[in-house]
Amino acid sequence: MLRDVDLSGYRKITGKNVPRESMVASGHRACQGCVEVLAMGMVTRAVGNDCIICNATGCMEIITSPYPQTAWKTPWIHVAFENAGAVASGIEAALQSLTRKGKRKGPLPTVLAFAGDGATADIGLQSLSGALERGHKLIYVCLDNEAYMNTGVQRSSSTPFGASTTTSPAGKKSIGQSTRKKNLPAICAAHDIPYVATCSPAFHLDLMNKVRKAMAVDGPAYLHIYSVCPTGWGAKPEIGISLSKLAVETNVFPLYEIIGGRYNITKKVTKPKPVLDYLKVQRRFRHLTESDVAKIQQQVDDSFAYLNTMAATFPAPKEKGGAKDEE
Amino acid sequence: MSDRAFVAWQKLALGCAILAPGSTAKLKTGDWKSLAPKLDEEKCIKCAKCLTYCPEFCYSEDKKGFFRADLSYCKGCGICANECPTQAITMGKEEK
Amino acid sequence: MGKRVGIEVSLAVAEAVKLCDVDVVSAYPITPQTHIVEELSHYVANGDLDAAFIPVESEHSAMSAAVGSSATGARTYTATSSQGLALMHEILFIAPSLRLPIVMTIANRSLSGPISIWNDHSDIMAERDTGWVQIFCENGQESFDLTVCAFRIAEDKRVLLPVGVNMDGFILTHMIEPIEFMDKAEVKAFLPDYKPQLTLNPKKPVSMGPVGVPEVYMEAKKQYEQALWDSKAVVKEVLAAWGKHTGRKYQLVETNGKKKAKTVFVTMGSLGETAMTAVDNLVAAKQDVGQVRLRLWRPFPKEEMKKALKDAAKVVVIDRALSPGGVCGPLATEIKSLFYGAKDAPKIVNIVAGLGGRDVSVKDFEEMYAKAKSGKIKDDYVIWGVESNA
Repeated sequence: MLRDVDLSGYRKITGKNVPRESMVASGHRACQGCVEVLAMGMVTRAVGNDCIICNATGCMEIITSPYPQTAWKTPWIHVAFENAGAVASGIEAALQSLTRKGKRKGPLPTVLAFAGDGATADIGLQSLSGALERGHKLIYVCLDNEAYMNTGVQRSSSTPFGASTTTSPAGKKSIGQSTRKKNLPAICAAHDIPYVATCSPAFHLDLMNKVRKAMAVDGPAYLHIYSVCPTGWGAKPEIGISLSKLAVETNVFPLYEIIGGRYNITKKVTKPKPVLDYLKVQRRFRHLTESDVAKIQQQVDDSFAYLNTMAATFPAPKEKGGAKDEE
Repeated sequence: MSDRAFVAWQKLALGCAILAPGSTAKLKTGDWKSLAPKLDEEKCIKCAKCLTYCPEFCYSEDKKGFFRADLSYCKGCGICANECPTQAITMGKEEK
Repeated sequence: MGKRVGIEVSLAVAEAVKLCDVDVVSAYPITPQTHIVEELSHYVANGDLDAAFIPVESEHSAMSAAVGSSATGARTYTATSSQGLALMHEILFIAPSLRLPIVMTIANRSLSGPISIWNDHSDIMAERDTGWVQIFCENGQESFDLTVCAFRIAEDKRVLLPVGVNMDGFILTHMIEPIEFMDKAEVKAFLPDYKPQLTLNPKKPVSMGPVGVPEVYMEAKKQYEQALWDSKAVVKEVLAAWGKHTGRKYQLVETNGKKKAKTVFVTMGSLGETAMTAVDNLVAAKQDVGQVRLRLWRPFPKEEMKKALKDAAKVVVIDRALSPGGVCGPLATEIKSLFYGAKDAPKIVNIVAGLGGRDVSVKDFEEMYAKAKSGKIKDDYVIWGVESNA
């Protein structure tokens, strides 16, 4: 439930020492303005090249491995859609075993799993749950673009309420997605793992430091990264980062950590902007009525109030010389 | 060998793996763009936000400390121009 | 070489895996494989086997984790049956395509539905086309022996494919049989350390499992399919080496009964030993009957099978799996294909028997012989004991 987590070993990134090299090379096939690949690249900047990456089927896997070229500068494996958690577990167990038996030498590389929201919240939930429960030392990164984008924008259980997708389309008898976004960070935290965090690529230092903390803990870490898909959301490509910022500033996607069950809101939003500002720049929400928007505003406020209460009730220990907001 | 194949099967790497890391560098995605970023050096404060937020990872620092997009990869998404705090970057027709 | 010990065959298989010093076991329990993985779990818990035991949450994850582990360069093992094998179906095709030498025991059990925990070959027959090397054991000693051999076959540079060792669920797994073990040093002398060709290693980064665009897919398939055909020679070599090492010689295809018999049974798995007794009885009663027992199912040993059946006038193929809507059972289909267009091809009769663990006795085989010999089986196949003409 609540446990002490030793984060003292984490190598902090400041504005002065931001690693620049992405382990994803240029020439990848992502859409113009894809924030998901940007987020993935940011994660790899923080991790560096001493890692082994396992990638679920999805946009990121497809755009980075168009035979005969690969965008990956690090070892990388793609197996299937729903098993990033299990494949990463196998890699981690092999590394541990081979090292212990003297069959490989040197420090253990970081084991990283990249998967979309579909691969995580739906078809891959079981294998993620197993990986977390077994306590493998790995970092599972969910790149959340809020639908099955690679196959044509079908809904996932991470699609937000009211969003129009191809399998939850807005229509005369439908508001679009009629259920609320699954709370994956909470599900993962319920597995008693040392580190869970939400990230937005607009706050790159926050994101990269969360990756560094994930690397430092002795056990599984889960990072949930908000990833704008201009193609699927009907947003202009150039606003990908400002939208990533707006999501945080409206409390639609709050930035927080759960460290050993204790909460820390890492980006304090003193005056949240109205959710309408966020919704109106995305065509997937254009069908919403005023009353729909009011309902969404209420949901956002309620969720944030819950998060706030958790943070007040179970506060994470203050980081010594915490990472500053980069405003 | 079929002319529809890249290479004879005997020449494939084990398990059809790709052995050359970062080899998408061969694929010049720059021809996807309609508009290209243009830098006004006078306005630039060398904050590196353009590099930070480029999804193509195609920005790099030049000798003078300015950041330049490699237009052979740039897809013209406009994020850099949108995020530049001093509007030093504008999107316009690519100069040949 | 030790004395023979009476032991439950599952435990003998676990001992074989332990002696092979696997690095990772990734397994999910399912009847009747459970004793194998429980025993391995105990070995790890007591330090008798230095391996990571991943208690995965499903068979799909068992094979997925095995893929991740093997790709990282670890000697990796798993075991399953029936529904578990079916659940890992998707990943079973991927392991050979990545050229990963995983070894898996399949404690053959009938596929649902109806749900059945008892033995037949439907589980593995549903995985014919996966690209795995597939071997069948007939008895407990083979289950131990062929498990050790499986690692050497899989890891051979000319193969680098996963190997499935099939043993009949309950009939073999839960029986106490006399097994002659080897000690660790003897196994080590037989099975060299695993030297992976390509791994996930930051020092030499590669991308495994890229998008197989149409310009490469067929070639990628050909690569590992060729390796599967190439594995036949390796299986032969390894079995010959095992014969030298232990005195127990195994062939891809075994024969018994009357030489150049006119009527020949073909069997796979433990039913073969029951049939052997029937064949012995029949031969003693002056019947012109023989038997061929198939040990290597994939790749199918065409030449060896043709040679073993060349003098037969009538071949009675026993399938322990049904192929609904197909011309005949899986094994019979292979054998019919083998003789297609051949001069003097034998008549091939197919009997599907023992589904869902239904017992097939020595008496059953004697009746099968009588019916087949007298030409009473006229259909492409009969389901023994169920259809009126069977």
